[in-house]
Amino acid sequence: MAKQSTDLAGMIVAAPVKRADIGDAVARAATWIATVIVLILLAAILVSLAIGGRQAFAKFGFGFLTSVSWNPVTEEFGAFVPIYGTIVTSIVAMAVGIPVSFGIAMFLTELCPSWLKRPLGTAIELLAGIPSIIYGMWGLLVLAPFLGNNVYPWLIDVLGPLPLIGALFEGPPFGIGILTAGLILAIMVLPFIAAVIRDVFETVPPMLKESAYGLGATRWEVVWNVVLPYTRAGVIGGVMLGLGRALGETMAVTFVIGNAHQISASLLGPGNTISSTLANEFTEAVGDLYVSSLIALGLILFVITFIVLSIAKFMLSRLELRAGR
Amino acid sequence: MELYARRKFANRLSAVGAVAATGIGLCALGLILATLLIQGVAGVNFDVFTRMTPPPGSAGGLLNAILGSAIMTLVGTLVATPIGILAGTFLAEFGRYSRIAAPTRFVVDILLSAPSIVIGLFVYEVMVISMGHFSAWAGALALGIIVIPVVVRTTEEMLRLVPDSLREAAVGLGAPRWKVVFLICYRAAQQGMVTGVLLAIARISGETAPLLFTALNNQFWSTDLNAPMANLPVVIFQFAMSPYNDWRQLAWTGALLITAFVLGLNVFARILSGLQTRQQRWK
Repeated sequence: MAKQSTDLAGMIVAAPVKRADIGDAVARAATWIATVIVLILLAAILVSLAIGGRQAFAKFGFGFLTSVSWNPVTEEFGAFVPIYGTIVTSIVAMAVGIPVSFGIAMFLTELCPSWLKRPLGTAIELLAGIPSIIYGMWGLLVLAPFLGNNVYPWLIDVLGPLPLIGALFEGPPFGIGILTAGLILAIMVLPFIAAVIRDVFETVPPMLKESAYGLGATRWEVVWNVVLPYTRAGVIGGVMLGLGRALGETMAVTFVIGNAHQISASLLGPGNTISSTLANEFTEAVGDLYVSSLIALGLILFVITFIVLSIAKFMLSRLELRAGR
Repeated sequence: MELYARRKFANRLSAVGAVAATGIGLCALGLILATLLIQGVAGVNFDVFTRMTPPPGSAGGLLNAILGSAIMTLVGTLVATPIGILAGTFLAEFGRYSRIAAPTRFVVDILLSAPSIVIGLFVYEVMVISMGHFSAWAGALALGIIVIPVVVRTTEEMLRLVPDSLREAAVGLGAPRWKVVFLICYRAAQQGMVTGVLLAIARISGETAPLLFTALNNQFWSTDLNAPMANLPVVIFQFAMSPYNDWRQLAWTGALLITAFVLGLNVFARILSGLQTRQQRWK
């Protein structure tokens, strides 16, 4: 029905050619130009970063991606350390953030008394809008000292001596480092992922759930065997959206990561992400090759998030298709 | 019997887990807001709004930073909003099935979540290098680029909520398409579109990363858009990282101001869009 009526409207749009309404032509042209501006924005960003980073790529080639050196004095630059930091902090963020957001979404859709549903949902959505610099600042001034004094010494004592995972928890408990950055990221993406997963859970037709309950399934069985399989694509999409944010986040990370160009086996050690390297060094970078290397880092970050976000978009659109059917 | 016990146990466990997750999540977020409130309110006084950012180790305010943020947010929004609204209009009305519609929607989706620091880099490449110096114009442009996708998205969504019968009625009365769009559909979707702009302002007023290499910072009072300009987020970044107590106190206060502004704007936008959906339900 809706489709038919738009087609009807479309026919009528085509008709005024006879009347040669100049207003229509102007309006169409103006909106078209604005759309093209938006469309080429993404390409413009990619191209300008590629141009800015070409010097670094020309000098170091593919070795840029795998080299661990970052020495402004000898002008040797490699992207491996920041890429490693970006990925590891995001893994930590997802490892903590996904189960907790899943729990929140499950609570909101299945367990929560209905009077609490709206206020709690609204609170979570509002929290998703808090600027990331607030998270970073709180991380530096509150969370990092707390973890460094109370939690990390315990982790080092208890988990440090264990085989295999022990190496992850060694070294002095600074409080600032990869793990803290990952935790702050987790707290930051939490409301965002939880809100998306909740929205996705709510697309499940009540009849499906009621059928399962009618067969005697417990609440957990309904969530695990009915809701989750039905919404799998959407949940993955939501998680990917959160991952995209975590990968590109600058301020929440820059405050607490320690800004050290090194890879340490321990999660407690300081490190660097692509965005924190940019935030800390870009305005102070001297020399064309240094600046170019930083811009090349930005390009790598953009490409990584582009891929992750495209997957997220694809997954979410699959769910939309099904919901529309 | 054992099976029932196991299923019951799994169910209990999951319920406890979900409640615990919600508790932990809300506690962490509540803790952040509480710290912010306690630390921030302690520093709110008249000086914050009347004095300039101080040199290290002395007292001062945030006046120039607040002004700079306001100017750049305003300029960025003013430049980006028309583009966003027009593009959203194209996607919803003139070119809903156009060949460039689907790719544009994809680009908007990517830009919505693209790392803001990369947008800062882009503006640095395009503007700062060609002008030869950091400037508030560049900062405003970077913020504007973040505004565009938010406005495009909400404009398109809100225009699509306008019932087709309304368009058909207008067309039936002999109105040309542009009148249908600009005089009928815009009026019906007004509140939602305003909501989108408000959400975009809320989004950029706390953005730090894109300003780092565009507007930079400025310790003094400046209204010159062609020069570096102070702004709250970058001042907070600089002051919070410093070892000076005066600076840290100002950083907390600034953070409180931004958060209060962003949350307030979000709540206001929510009330506005609530009005909109209620009206539509009545129709």
